[in-house]
Amino acid sequence: MTDAPIRTFDPVALFAHRFHGHGDTLGIVYHAHGPDWAELALPYDARLIGDQASGVIASGPILALMDMATSVGVWLKLDAFKAHATFDLRVDYLRPARPGRTVIGRGECYRITRSIAFVRGQAHDGDPADPLANVAGTFMATEGYW
Amino acid sequence: MSLPYSELLGLTEEPGESAPTLVMAFGTHVLGRPGFLHGGAIGGLLEMAAVAALQQVLAGEGAARIKPINLTVDYMRGGRDKPTRARGMVTRLGNRVANVEAIAWQDDPDRPIAAARMNYLIAR
Repeated sequence: MTDAPIRTFDPVALFAHRFHGHGDTLGIVYHAHGPDWAELALPYDARLIGDQASGVIASGPILALMDMATSVGVWLKLDAFKAHATFDLRVDYLRPARPGRTVIGRGECYRITRSIAFVRGQAHDGDPADPLANVAGTFMATEGYW
Repeated sequence: MSLPYSELLGLTEEPGESAPTLVMAFGTHVLGRPGFLHGGAIGGLLEMAAVAALQQVLAGEGAARIKPINLTVDYMRGGRDKPTRARGMVTRLGNRVANVEAIAWQDDPDRPIAAARMNYLIAR
């Protein structure tokens, strides 16, 4: 077994010591990560419902989930925490999330320049081959990524 | 505006001739990085404003259901510790789809903190 590379940015610690904010209010938690991607989980919660008749959650929490997952993906690719802000985000809502299911959002950073990070991602509710949302976007580093 | 997600965001509604203005108070429930609104909360507010605008236009039609197809959000300024307002504008209402734009602002509608374009499927 080879040694894993030593990494300085730890998303597990980030989510273990989170301050109370919108992510906590929605119930978003850490799920998994790799060298340039993060998966966050959004458990089903009646407070997120956007359509009373069906019990389907609103699209806003999925946007927030993907915003956060792609943001963490940038810090993982950088292997450092840098202050940045979402510059733009596009979300395609491929299908409604199934009521009762936890939504998993996977965000990946595939390119970083000094000022801009490019991200993409997908959300699913159990089967990654059956995504419910696809996203693409950019982040801007306020002081530059390097 | 009794949707659970609207209540989670803490939205209130100000009536308007073409579309209502939604107001989101600042608080830890919509906080991102310290001192600033979360991009997801701003995006959620823009979506709710777009849906409210579309519902007002469709009000005479009864049972039309609205399903989001996609959205693109541009974040222009950080959202600070003050109320945020958002209003949608239906740019085209077709038989099956609608194009809607929305802006969010804090002090001045001419200085938006974010803007979005959204496409909706209309199930009549």
